[in-house]
Amino acid sequence: MGMSGMDSDLIVRPEGEVKIETSGLGLFYGEFQALRDVSVTIAARRITALIGPSGCSKTSFLRCLNRMNDLISGARVVGEVLLDGRDIYHEATDVAVLRKRVGMVFQTPNPFPMSIYDNVAYGPRLHGRCSRSQLDEIVEKSLRAAALWEEVKDTLRKSALDLSGGQQQRLSIARVLAVEPEVLLRDEPCSALDPTATFRIEELMIELMTRYTIVIVTHNMYQASRVSHYAGFFLLGELVEYGPTEQIFENPKDQRTDDYVRGRFG
Amino acid sequence: MNTGARRVREWLIERAIQAAGAMAIVFVLAIFAFLLRDALPVFRETTVRDLATGRTWLPTAEPPKLGLLPLLLGSLYVTIGALLISVPLGVACAAFISEVAPRWMRETLKPAVEVLATIPSVVFGFLGLLLVGPWLAELLDLDVPLFAGLGSLMLAFMAMPMIVSLSEDAIRAVPMTLRQNSLALGATQWQTIWRVVLPAGRSGIIAAVLLGMGRAIGETMTVLMVTGNAAVIPLGLPGFLRPVRTMTATIAAEMGETAYNTPHYHALFAIGLLLFIITFAANTIADVVVRRSGRTTR
Repeated sequence: MGMSGMDSDLIVRPEGEVKIETSGLGLFYGEFQALRDVSVTIAARRITALIGPSGCSKTSFLRCLNRMNDLISGARVVGEVLLDGRDIYHEATDVAVLRKRVGMVFQTPNPFPMSIYDNVAYGPRLHGRCSRSQLDEIVEKSLRAAALWEEVKDTLRKSALDLSGGQQQRLSIARVLAVEPEVLLRDEPCSALDPTATFRIEELMIELMTRYTIVIVTHNMYQASRVSHYAGFFLLGELVEYGPTEQIFENPKDQRTDDYVRGRFG
Repeated sequence: MNTGARRVREWLIERAIQAAGAMAIVFVLAIFAFLLRDALPVFRETTVRDLATGRTWLPTAEPPKLGLLPLLLGSLYVTIGALLISVPLGVACAAFISEVAPRWMRETLKPAVEVLATIPSVVFGFLGLLLVGPWLAELLDLDVPLFAGLGSLMLAFMAMPMIVSLSEDAIRAVPMTLRQNSLALGATQWQTIWRVVLPAGRSGIIAAVLLGMGRAIGETMTVLMVTGNAAVIPLGLPGFLRPVRTMTATIAAEMGETAYNTPHYHALFAIGLLLFIITFAANTIADVVVRRSGRTTR
């Protein structure tokens, strides 16, 4: 039904520095094709929002960017994903290093069953920065950046499982920030949060944007339009339209995008 | 069938099931009472302190010397040795089966390991006695091919199926999302297993180890056959290479030729009581550990 992304004016190439570029990206789960020919350019140090109805494979697309789909047996990727110009699906790619560079915050927070401190220190310890004072510093910095420090600074040794849902979500962010990724992938941010926490996290994202390239998958149209610079609309495994957020939300070229952002379906 | 008859039948079935359940508890209590009855008279002859610290087991001497220390230490040596071998191997094997092995291998390996559990202990004893013992004795240049470490080795194989099987269940029960979160932070698979999966499954693994320990300390036939049965106190690391005698082997070897109601007879029951308490404690702790959920800080 769709047309190929490359030669279409529906897919706009962002200006400025490029962080990630996919070309002809396809994803199969066994026989089922979850993504079709996605060719898109993601701008460095900007927020890119991916929108679309449930089951449109936007999360699958996100998981292609740090090769989390590798963990699903039967999943197969075709096409290219370039990170800073290098194909991350090249056989010489060290996946652990890739995932350190391209951090991911999952849809539901999953703290490790250990203390708050150990959760945040987990990544840095993996990557071998182990001096006690350095770790303390990274933990504090990451928790501050995730707007959680004030609430937990006296209980760092307590189990992370005792935190509230919203706190766990911010802990997941702190945990990713602690490994200092270059790209931050966020799946459905704020879906389980109250408005105050949502507001905080949006502020946080805008703050982080100066240093990170952020890609968010969201169902929340308001959020996408408020915080993102670029937006892409996925439908049934295809990227229908991609461009500056104002264009996607106010003046979409494709009828299906128009219908979706106006809330006619999805 | 009318309602009244049906109700009576239901009542009978319910009571029967209840009785079957209660039976298990009754048996445990009855065994405990029986052990107590025949063990307690030993204190007409000796004291708890002398039993626990006596360094000589010569029950047929006049007066009998009823020091349990060599037997207790013998059991501890063999058991600890068995755990030192079977725990790292068993947990590693469980981690491999659950985390690394491809599906077909997992489906072959786990049943294969569980089959180990069905081998009669006398067969392990036989293997140790005729094969492993002489071979190790030559390798390590030992005078006697029967020694504590040989018992440990054979027991390790016997405890392994339980440790592997239960640890594997515990590891598998760790949510997949925890692994994904770890990998997404740039952890390798090995780092994920070591730092997240095993700690998250630790209560189940600890329970598996304790149950394996209960199995090892209570095992009789194999140790009777391969540990040499010399009631001497094992000392230091070389103790593993010398013959020892365990509590279980002592009971098995001596009960048949002990006169009824002698101090020796009662002392053997005291050993049985001690074993019962140790395995009961190991099982209870395992149970408590499993129930206490995985959540902790350090």
